[in-house]
Amino acid sequence: MQARPARSSSILGWLLESRNGLGLLFMLPAAVFLLCFLTYPLGLGVWLGFTDARIGREGIFIGLENYIWLFDDPVFWLSVFNTMLYTVVASVLKFALGLWLALILNQHLPFKTFFRAIILLPWVVPTVLSALAFWWIYDSQFSIISYVLMNLGVINEPINFLGDPTNARASVIAANVWRGIPFVAISLLAGLQTIPQSLNEAAALDGATSWQRFTKITLPLLTPIIAVVMTFSVLFTFTDFQLIYVLTRGGPVNATHLMATLSFQRAIPGGQLGEGAAIAVAMIPFLLAAILFSFFGLQRRKWQQGGGD
Amino acid sequence: MATVMFRDVRKAFGQVEVLHGVSVDIEEGQFVVLVGPSGCGKSTLLRMLAGLEHITAGEIVIGDRVVNTLPPKDRDIAMVFQNYALYPHITVAENMGFSLMLKGAAKTDIEAKVRPAAEILGLTHLLDRYPRQLSGGQRQRVAMGRAIVRNPQVFLFDEPLSNLDAKLRVSMRSEIKNLHQRLKTTTVYVTHDQIEAMTMADKIVVMHDGIVEQVGEPLELYDRPANLFVAGFIGSPAMNMTPGRLNDDDPGVFVTGQGQRISVANVGAAKPGRDLICGIRPEAIHLRGDVALRVKVVEPTGSETHVVADLDGNEMTCVFRERIKAGPGDELKVSIDPEAIHLFDAEGGQRLSA
Repeated sequence: MQARPARSSSILGWLLESRNGLGLLFMLPAAVFLLCFLTYPLGLGVWLGFTDARIGREGIFIGLENYIWLFDDPVFWLSVFNTMLYTVVASVLKFALGLWLALILNQHLPFKTFFRAIILLPWVVPTVLSALAFWWIYDSQFSIISYVLMNLGVINEPINFLGDPTNARASVIAANVWRGIPFVAISLLAGLQTIPQSLNEAAALDGATSWQRFTKITLPLLTPIIAVVMTFSVLFTFTDFQLIYVLTRGGPVNATHLMATLSFQRAIPGGQLGEGAAIAVAMIPFLLAAILFSFFGLQRRKWQQGGGD
Repeated sequence: MATVMFRDVRKAFGQVEVLHGVSVDIEEGQFVVLVGPSGCGKSTLLRMLAGLEHITAGEIVIGDRVVNTLPPKDRDIAMVFQNYALYPHITVAENMGFSLMLKGAAKTDIEAKVRPAAEILGLTHLLDRYPRQLSGGQRQRVAMGRAIVRNPQVFLFDEPLSNLDAKLRVSMRSEIKNLHQRLKTTTVYVTHDQIEAMTMADKIVVMHDGIVEQVGEPLELYDRPANLFVAGFIGSPAMNMTPGRLNDDDPGVFVTGQGQRISVANVGAAKPGRDLICGIRPEAIHLRGDVALRVKVVEPTGSETHVVADLDGNEMTCVFRERIKAGPGDELKVSIDPEAIHLFDAEGGQRLSA
């Protein structure tokens, strides 16, 4: 037995010598980072939601008053409805179109790599930039869509894309879908490529039609990836802010206000920090629900368990 | 059960032709092994038979139908893949009954067909497991079970044993052979392992660079290889090849480049004055005689002793039944059985011995 060095009695010695101490030391930078930039803002937001803080004025604790106020606020409930609609419709469309695109890209196509690169473009372009482009596409007078349709004689006057509540909702959803498809398509494509070709060949020999191969082989094997991808997609969509803010700022008559944009609207331009924070905090249960859903969705299915090779 | 015929089958990927006209007849109930080094086109040929690859030219006939344009599911064949290709998300029983389920068969009917197949293969206790929970040999058996349940005209095996360890490979080998003797279904089996081919086949098709080098029964290929490729490919340890010529005065004697004389009984079409290759199987060399070898390596395997020795600059592998006490550098006197010598044309590689 070797004599223990003297410094091991000090705290520094313990930190440097014990396994747990070293582990703690190595985790410190990440922990500090998370505390400063994640936990503190989150905590501050939750705290602000319980105060009547305004810009330039420290708030005092007022309990649930902000939430009680919001509960009776029709605009808040409208934004909740809008957010749900926006998330559900956009996510379903992104999933359907993304899966379809992934299936096409998984085939032997000429210029395959080229198309795969092109697909990623909407994802690469900064949101604000693509939102500006959509702003022009949806312009009430100079919209290229209206222009083309009018020249083709389909319609007589320009479509009021962003001025009419229904049109505006459809338009922002379309823009969001356009932006979100690459993520879904490329991730699902990666998932598709992990499915061995021989499984499809075996199924073909077993007498499966291409539709049966899709529903009985491809789709079940893809579910773990679908669960991850769609969880992320739902989270991104639910918290979307930039696109709406550039395109409509929540209008017309709050028809496209999402919880994120309403929170910002009330807190910063409106100055009601406390109320804005309360709206943001109200998003947390929804996001938690999405995460829980994915947690259970992501659990290894029975067929994924058991010894590897 | 059905016959299978390949008639001048060709395959090209783009400009590159990988099969240059393959013609093979397979009789009903035969176990045929396609064997050759990697890249010889054997798997491609099998996949064309299965309908997984397009047939560039020629005809493939199963039974009395030309199947060239038939999709895989209509060819009435079952295939066992190298990686087994078990569906990971369904149980063993569901894997085996998958084809029946696709046809919309009733649950009881599926059960009635899966059970006997599982019994044949000893899988009954594993029917509720998922493929991941099985060992390599068990997965292999499930893959075969899936094929048996189909009750197809032809079984196809694509290197089914290459993912197993050596010991399991030997036992699965006899299991597959047993299965064939029991079911008597026409079987086409692809492997790169000549021992698998020798031990399992009724008929071996040796392929090399997209052509068929020789077709025949295992021992026929071993005893009378049609050319240098087959001679070198079939048999382990491989045949010893020595270049040289027949003696001008005495055509019954082969003279190596270094002047070593070896008597040959079966000269066939070989003539003095031509460059020849003399092929000697390792077990055709016997202890005691007048040919002097210089021992390089001795490998005792227990039942036999393998000796790698030098014959005038040519490496010779010998297999002796006896246990010998010789070390590297020792001289060993041996005789070479004149009946067991194969003569090949050095230029084209064709067999000249009758």
